[in-house]
Amino acid sequence: MWKTIVRRFLIMIPQLFVLSLIIFIMAQFMPGDPFTGAITPETDPARIEELREKNGLNDPWYQQYGRWVGNAFQGEFGMSYTFKRDAGSLIGERAVNTFWLSLASVIILYVLAIPLGVLAGRYHNSLLDRAIILYSFVSYAIPTFILALLFLFFFGYTLGWFPTSGSVDIKYDPGTFGYIMNKIYHILLPATTYAILGTTTVIQYLRSEIIDAKGQDYVRTARSKGIPMRKVYSRHIFRNSLLPIAAFIGFTITGLLGGSIFIETIFGYPGMGQLFISSILSRDYSVITALVMLYGFLALLGSLLSDIIMSIVDPRIRIE
Amino acid sequence: MRTSEELLKIRDLHTGFRIGDAYFDAVDGVSLTLRENEILAIVGESGCGKSTLATSIIGLHDHNKTRVQGEILYKDKNLAKMTEDDFNDIRGLEIGMIFQDPLSALNPLMRIGEQIEEGLIYHTDFNKEKRQARVLELLNQVGIPNPERVARQFPHQLSGGMRQRVIIAIAISCKPKIIIADEPTTALDVTIQAQILDLLIDLQKETGAGIILITHDLGVVAEVADRVAVMYAGQIIELASVEELFANPKHPYTRSLFNSIPQMNSENEKLNVIEGIVPSLMKLPRHGCRFAPRISWVPESAHETEPQLHEISEGHFVRCSCHEHFYFKGEKEDKHHELYANQ
Repeated sequence: MWKTIVRRFLIMIPQLFVLSLIIFIMAQFMPGDPFTGAITPETDPARIEELREKNGLNDPWYQQYGRWVGNAFQGEFGMSYTFKRDAGSLIGERAVNTFWLSLASVIILYVLAIPLGVLAGRYHNSLLDRAIILYSFVSYAIPTFILALLFLFFFGYTLGWFPTSGSVDIKYDPGTFGYIMNKIYHILLPATTYAILGTTTVIQYLRSEIIDAKGQDYVRTARSKGIPMRKVYSRHIFRNSLLPIAAFIGFTITGLLGGSIFIETIFGYPGMGQLFISSILSRDYSVITALVMLYGFLALLGSLLSDIIMSIVDPRIRIE
Repeated sequence: MRTSEELLKIRDLHTGFRIGDAYFDAVDGVSLTLRENEILAIVGESGCGKSTLATSIIGLHDHNKTRVQGEILYKDKNLAKMTEDDFNDIRGLEIGMIFQDPLSALNPLMRIGEQIEEGLIYHTDFNKEKRQARVLELLNQVGIPNPERVARQFPHQLSGGMRQRVIIAIAISCKPKIIIADEPTTALDVTIQAQILDLLIDLQKETGAGIILITHDLGVVAEVADRVAVMYAGQIIELASVEELFANPKHPYTRSLFNSIPQMNSENEKLNVIEGIVPSLMKLPRHGCRFAPRISWVPESAHETEPQLHEISEGHFVRCSCHEHFYFKGEKEDKHHELYANQ
């Protein structure tokens, strides 16, 4: 298995190379450059031209690409034009915030969705099942930004239970207990919003899997042994129903690590999603290319992660 | 015949499925007795109610959609009236069941050993080591080579025949008095079929259990059964010892079944078939002879209005009087003649 994992990582290299080429060319096609926004009627066109020349923006794309790849191998993703900082460390800082937000989201998501899905599947066609279905359809139908704004308004503004923006209050020193608690406090509202929006898929999958599993032959075999129904559920039905969820858990995790543009923007949470949208708006090439590369890597990692998880939970699947 | 104590007595059993607001009986007034040391075969076409009869005995039907009326007497308890929880003391312990499709009847995520052990946890007070020893003993008993290894394997690593042996091991794990085998060989290769049937016969001899064997394969019946009940459209239409039934089949349906077995030495290249199909549950005629529509050339007067089982010789029961006037379509002329000659 370890051999396979190493090989999968090696296969990622050409995949990432192709991805980087596409990203770089697409970025070149984008209208404008980092200095477009800086132009005012008073700016001397010669000065802008000079800046472009100095930053190598007038070179052919393959020269720029070669330079970029060379630097990327040394961990240098270039300077962010808007933040005037190294893109790598900027993303690193945002990635930490997004990581904690994602972790909280995943936990809340599964803590909410698994019991609801199991109950709906077990008591299917009951009143409880219908209520859960209604909830999942409503949560599926609400656009992200509406729910985020509603939550922000009620829990953040009207009731004042949660902070309305940021990832931590400035008064705490990093590393202290208060600092960590304050971070969690800031994460709760955006994480819950994100989790609620994600529950639909998990609930629906789990419910239909359980209804499906109930009629399977192996469940009849289990019942024929005369073991209590709750054991039939926990040992046979539930375990088999979790397989499809395990199949996409890798994608869910890496998908969340990409950050959510809507959630982070609305809750003013300084994560990767927010960085991504702001760097696109300000044509901050070095940050965009670095982020898209990272997203590409996460997607590849997600599929590998899913395969590994599947091979652990399902004995029929072995990655060779 | 190795007859002895009566194990299971079924009296006027009706098992109905709910379709819309009404119940339709798939098993319609079946009475049967299973004795110790006996293999009782139930044969019939698909949809005649034989599997429904089996699931009613062991209570594996969907309780929300099924209605079971009548009596299934086992040790003075009426299984037909039992709740799901009470049934768990019977299932596995007193009655074991062997299923049709070994490929899907085992949990794909659980090791073979665990699946066999499960019933032992609830029906015995064995500790972990004793249970594991019993699992290996069972695997050995059903003829699985290298039981230690197989116990740690998952179902997909075994062949169909091996999996069916595992299912049999599960069914007999708590030494049940009754084993219900629902088409145990249908999904298997012919060579494996013979092995599994031999295994069933051996186990039956060792344990003295009564076996209800459900099948549509008359060859299987001839090989293993002691008595045979032929079912059609939810009713038993003929019941006899296997020797008697094969030597002297009476009911038109039984005779048609035998007649439809392909004959290798026959010059007739056409396969004999039974006209028509088993009527669907909702369209089943509830009065008169149920087989009458499929032998339309036999005059209506030959059937009873409410067909009953008649004991025509000791232990040989036939429903309806139409068997006395039945003839196959090809032999119409002769039979017609005969009928009038007798009058």
